[in-house]
Amino acid sequence: MKPALPRSLRPRLVVAFVLVAALSELITATLTFRQARNAILDRTQNGAVHDLRLQIDSLAPNLPNNPTDTDLRIFARQLDRASGSRGWHTGVSRDGGPLIGTAGDVSNALRDATKRGDTTYYERVEHAGGYRLRIGMPVSYTGRGKEAGQPSGLVVYAVLPLDGERADISALINAAWAGAVPALAFAVVSALFAARRVLRPVRQLRTAAEKITSGALDTRLDVVGKDELTALTGAFNTMAAALERDDAKLRRMEANARRFAADVSHELRTPLAAMAAVADALDEDARSGTLPADTADAVLLVSDETRKLAGMVEDLMEISRFDAGAAVLHLDDVSLRTVVHKTLHLRGWREPDEVITELPEDDPRIRVDARRIDVVLANLIGNALRHGSAPVTLRATATQESLVIDVADDGPGIPDEVLPHVFDRFYKADAARARSEGSGLGLAIAMENVRLHRGTLTAANLPYSGAVFTITLPRTLRREDQP
Amino acid sequence: MPRVLLIEDDPAVRRGVVLGLSRNGHETEAVGTGEDGLDALIAFKPDLVLLDLMLPSMSGLEVCRRIRESSRVPIVILSARGDDIDVVIGLEAGADDYVVKPAGAAVIEARMRAVLRRLAPVQVGTDTGVGPTQVGDLEIDRDALIVRKHGEELPLAPSELKLLLFLSAAPERTFSRQQLLEDVWEHSYYGDARLVDACVMRLRAKIEEDPRRPAYVQTVRGFGYRFGPLPA
Repeated sequence: MKPALPRSLRPRLVVAFVLVAALSELITATLTFRQARNAILDRTQNGAVHDLRLQIDSLAPNLPNNPTDTDLRIFARQLDRASGSRGWHTGVSRDGGPLIGTAGDVSNALRDATKRGDTTYYERVEHAGGYRLRIGMPVSYTGRGKEAGQPSGLVVYAVLPLDGERADISALINAAWAGAVPALAFAVVSALFAARRVLRPVRQLRTAAEKITSGALDTRLDVVGKDELTALTGAFNTMAAALERDDAKLRRMEANARRFAADVSHELRTPLAAMAAVADALDEDARSGTLPADTADAVLLVSDETRKLAGMVEDLMEISRFDAGAAVLHLDDVSLRTVVHKTLHLRGWREPDEVITELPEDDPRIRVDARRIDVVLANLIGNALRHGSAPVTLRATATQESLVIDVADDGPGIPDEVLPHVFDRFYKADAARARSEGSGLGLAIAMENVRLHRGTLTAANLPYSGAVFTITLPRTLRREDQP
Repeated sequence: MPRVLLIEDDPAVRRGVVLGLSRNGHETEAVGTGEDGLDALIAFKPDLVLLDLMLPSMSGLEVCRRIRESSRVPIVILSARGDDIDVVIGLEAGADDYVVKPAGAAVIEARMRAVLRRLAPVQVGTDTGVGPTQVGDLEIDRDALIVRKHGEELPLAPSELKLLLFLSAAPERTFSRQQLLEDVWEHSYYGDARLVDACVMRLRAKIEEDPRRPAYVQTVRGFGYRFGPLPA
């Protein structure tokens, strides 16, 4: 298990800053402390050794050549009295013998070191009452004959407390700590400040990116300063500008394409209006038997295709309106049963020979654009009758939230590779297939009409045979301000 | 056979429509501009005007308004645009119905016949011979097909008169716009219900004291329209 590191940039920066500050603080404090402590202790030791030597030098000559224990005790007492502020206790040992005096005990190491030497030794020991300094100082004969400078076998031991120095060192440690706290606080503050400096542009970038995502492509950031973040901001602005340019270009192209489709349909309408007006007359003459047979055929062909063309242009116009976002819903409270039966009646589809309807008993009232729903139903039923065999089943179920209408046929179903494309415009299930009855836009228009109602239209195959198209409409559409 | 005046700028459409109408036995006059149309209205005295909205110089809407200033002749708009807004504006300017181009002669014929019928099919043979009825300040004479307000005859366009007669024949009964479209305009397909709204608006402007607070033709939100009841 690794400890969870903070993920956000700000705490990470703060932690890093504090760690660095703490580490440098620790190193500095440690070094300072060690140096200072050693300096203090060395001074104390040197001072103490110096003082002791002075006292010994002044007192030892008074000792007789072979001093008795009493002489030594007196000597030690004299040394003790001369200790002054150092407060040492001394003891004298002769030839490694026991200590005579008030020094308590000294370690064997110190005794061994001073046994055969003429050098002063000392050691620091921790004692129940704190640190102590022990000094072992062999006494040499002073200049009187041949023994001058020779060790006399006497060793003076002194024990002195280091409490004062301890206090000084504690004060040092406290000072180091006291210095660390503001340093750490300062580290936190500067970390926050640095984080803010870094994070503000980052945050602005994020906000701007979100704005661009939501479609405000004209979002730009102010470029101030000369650091890397500024460069990033500049790059962001450049990117946004490029996006906006491309988007505008695409939109322009799309708008042009749409306008072209709409304009084409428009332009076709006028000649079609003239042709459609006479199509009925052509039919009449062709069927009257007054024309030669092939002329009558040709005339019928022209009038039929004119109607188809008119229908196709009508569908194109409708799609253009959807694309331009100009399609609006005219909502009405209508009875589901009425809508369905009107659709069948208008198209001349008979129940139950051609269409079997299964509608809810309570005949729910639905709030829809009845004309558009009629177009959708007519398209689905028409397709089902063409591709499957009669009768087609229309089943509707209503809940509080939604209305679901299934239109199912028992034809061969929709091939799997065609299924994803059934709602595409002008999609031909079979490239070689002859032109279908409709404009090739019927299902695309149906889809758009259902979408306009905030509903969904899906196509699927029934388990055994046939295709089923499912319309799902929400029953809570926004109310328009009209009856 | 009704005499039809066609105001349409495209010569091919003019020829086609005239041909289709003549086939059905109408005497037809066709002109290419609104100005000529207004002249022909006086000279030719048509029983019905077929009016294209997209006209050069004087627009179809303007022509519609001018005709309505002086005449109650039925007007059917030929709308070349699927942009419903045109249709609505045309209807608000006083047209009675509309046909979306391209349309076959049979469709145009059906629209014209419906507009020319003075009464809705439902009402034919009902309620006649009872003399004028008084409702508030309105006097509705079903026999003479005249509506008076404070004793003055109101210049109602055919669709307005038909709608008022239909609604007032069943006072306080609410009709959905869809129903009115089928019964008053005889739209056998899903027409544009705003046809009804536009006509109601024009009718209110003529019969109501305060069109914004209508007393005669009331809106029943979410359902449709009804005649009355008059506020006490």
